[in-house]
Amino acid sequence: MRYPPGVSQSDFDRAVRQFESSIGAEWVFTDEADVDLYRDAYSPLWGEEEEKIPSIALAPQSAEEVQSLMAICNEFQIPVYPVSTGKNLGYGGSAPVLTGSVVLDLKRMNRIIEVNEENAFALVEPGVSYFDLYNYIQEKGLDLWIDCPDPGWGSLIGNSLDHGVGYTVNPYRDHFEAHCGMEVVLADGDIVRTGMGALPNAETWQQYRWGYGPWMDGLFAQSNFGVVTKMGFWLSPAPEAFCSGSVQVMRYNDVHELVRITAKMMYSGILNSNAGVQSPMQFAIGQNPEMQERYERANEEDIRILDEFARSNNTPFWSSQFKFYGPREIVDSSWEYVKRQFADIDGVRYQDQESLNFPMSYEELMQTADENHLGVPSMSVFQLGNRSNFNPAGTNGHLGFSPVVPMTGEAVLESNKVLVRVLREMGGNTVFNVPPYSYHQRTFTILVGFTVTRDADTNRKTREIFRELVKVAAEHGWGEYRTHTAFMDDCAAAYSFNDNALLRLQQTLKDAIDPRGIISAGRYGIWPKHIRDTEGKGVATIKVSKEKEGDSNV
Amino acid sequence: MSRSFLFLVLALVSCELFAQVGDRAHGKEVYEHWCSSCHAPGARKHPGTSALEFIYKGEKSGVLEERLDLTPELVALFVRNGVKIMPPFRKTEISDKDLLDLGAYLSPQR
Ligand SMILES: Cc1cc2nc3c(=O)[nH]c(=O)nc-3n(C[C@H](O)[C@H](O)[C@H](O)COP(=O)(O)OP(=O)(O)OC[C@H]3O[C@@H](n4cnc5c(N)ncnc54)[C@H](O)[C@@H]3O)c2cc1C
Ligand code: HEC
Repeated sequence: MRYPPGVSQSDFDRAVRQFESSIGAEWVFTDEADVDLYRDAYSPLWGEEEEKIPSIALAPQSAEEVQSLMAICNEFQIPVYPVSTGKNLGYGGSAPVLTGSVVLDLKRMNRIIEVNEENAFALVEPGVSYFDLYNYIQEKGLDLWIDCPDPGWGSLIGNSLDHGVGYTVNPYRDHFEAHCGMEVVLADGDIVRTGMGALPNAETWQQYRWGYGPWMDGLFAQSNFGVVTKMGFWLSPAPEAFCSGSVQVMRYNDVHELVRITAKMMYSGILNSNAGVQSPMQFAIGQNPEMQERYERANEEDIRILDEFARSNNTPFWSSQFKFYGPREIVDSSWEYVKRQFADIDGVRYQDQESLNFPMSYEELMQTADENHLGVPSMSVFQLGNRSNFNPAGTNGHLGFSPVVPMTGEAVLESNKVLVRVLREMGGNTVFNVPPYSYHQRTFTILVGFTVTRDADTNRKTREIFRELVKVAAEHGWGEYRTHTAFMDDCAAAYSFNDNALLRLQQTLKDAIDPRGIISAGRYGIWPKHIRDTEGKGVATIKVSKEKEGDSNV
Repeated sequence: MSRSFLFLVLALVSCELFAQVGDRAHGKEVYEHWCSSCHAPGARKHPGTSALEFIYKGEKSGVLEERLDLTPELVALFVRNGVKIMPPFRKTEISDKDLLDLGAYLSPQR
């Protein structure tokens, strides 16, 4: 058995016996082979000193069991790291930030407590996945849609607590924004309900978000202030129809109008889903060193030549894809209305894409361009980094660098130039590169996916580039919306206004709410007081047994 | 170690756990819950199938359920270790009993 840092062996042995009597020995995983299943399968630290390894794992099946486990952890000051479905691949998987933490695996708490069709909401436990909720709604024939992230096996609670996102309509696609009401177990085992849930016999816990007094829910996302045991989510009534199409503009400088109008359509609620801006010329430019140089410099002369280059390729410089959900008449007329807004851009082209009427059978939905955009969970996104002709050796996963930039043409150009330059100069090993996309309502997020390997030198280099990107992005005023556990301190440090006043406030709250500092130490850069100033606190004190070193993959 | 060598070696070993007979009907449920989203027929939407079609190029089926050479030992090895972008599964997801049944379901009936 491995031991957590800062806890004596005899105390930990006693605690383990108490865990066992509280939830049953079967659900206390102390065997190293069992605990290794909690390693981050996509870890960019794999097999190195700094890799984040849990000591043991606990799997309670009710909020009451969570309460009793937390009380034990609090008594012995044992670091504990809750996960819901633990599928946060690309951002840390099911491994803790602080090596040696005990993982509190909530997968077994998988009850769908209520799905209300009339008021369109669900109340779920942490182990409920998007697949589970989707299947439940289908089996019951409810007239509701869920909004899911690309991978269907994650949880509504884990995903939203990390500010995860999906692809249907506002406000459902920003998953934390779509939640309403929480139940949270605190470090000492106390249990609270937020919003209207604080009212015994509350009748509007999942309908009225703010409750009475200060709104507390924000404290529990991207943080380490409690263990969420229930959460409500707003769902969308199933729309009648969907259509999508793209707008393409021909010149470099057209990006400004393209983005300005897109943003206006979004803020007016006419466009109510994600949209992005990409360059169909990107590949041709990247293949041509002269054009790449001109693209990165972009003076007047360069732009004239780049426009000429695009014209000779008969390829638009930029394009944006739009999606509409709602009644047939409304989606069709919204798309026509949106097209008209771009009519003044010289040479603009439009392309109608999908036009669908619901309900559709599951088989039909799986034939569409992207079922996730139609509220159908799947795993098709794992084609990213998969073995293929382009990538015969495959990858061991990816790591996402995801800064938030303004929704302006200028930011699209500038962020692209700046990030591409860092990647080119440092030789970044990327598996995908999602151009500016409105994962959130009023901003673009850029997503650079680095390949993760089982080779420590390659991963070390990737980490170096990642850190440089965090730094350079911050100099331009762009911060990450979410990050991998390996970079939590780096990203937190970038949010440094007034001598890191925000982090200092978060630390003050941490010390008050979790005074013994046991929950998810280090998450989002928030460390408990007793190890806040310890050098190398994030680094392993635990070694993986010899045969497990290197590639545990086949 | 090459993939085919691994298959050969594992086909020859038999450990005590797998001497027990798994419940194939339950194994199918486990498969449908945890595996078919990546391993069902249709490479476009199923990354497991797509990768295995790429690896075997017609020499074996890319669909796990159609394979004739899987054994419970092999299934267990991949499920508990993962391979490439397929992560391992924890015991709260697939218990040892589930794994035994899954192995029985994916192995050709003897
Ligand atoms: C190919 C690929 C595509 C992806 N696409 C998307 C995408 O489209 N959108 C997206 O959002 N993500 C995406 N991801 C990232 C990730 O897989 C999902 O966000 C996933 O839903 C997160 O895992 P989870 O739901 O199991 O959360 P968990 O791993 O359970 O939770 C995440 C973290 O939140 C905290 N936490 C979880 N539960 C609790 C709790 N009950 N109490 C307190 N703290 C808790 C923990 O710190 C935990 O580590 C993608 C990943 C991959 C590999
Ligand atoms: C995230 C998608 C995903 C899920 C879910 C998944 N797999 Fe896989 N699986 C893959 C991929 C991709 C490969 C091929 C990896 C490679 O490139 O070598 C694979 C390979 C395998 C192999 C190796 C086959 C061979 O001949 O090499 C086995 C066995 C396997 N999976 C079993 C399972 C089982 C059993 C489950 C369910 C418990 C499962 N997989 C769930 C994606 C997945």
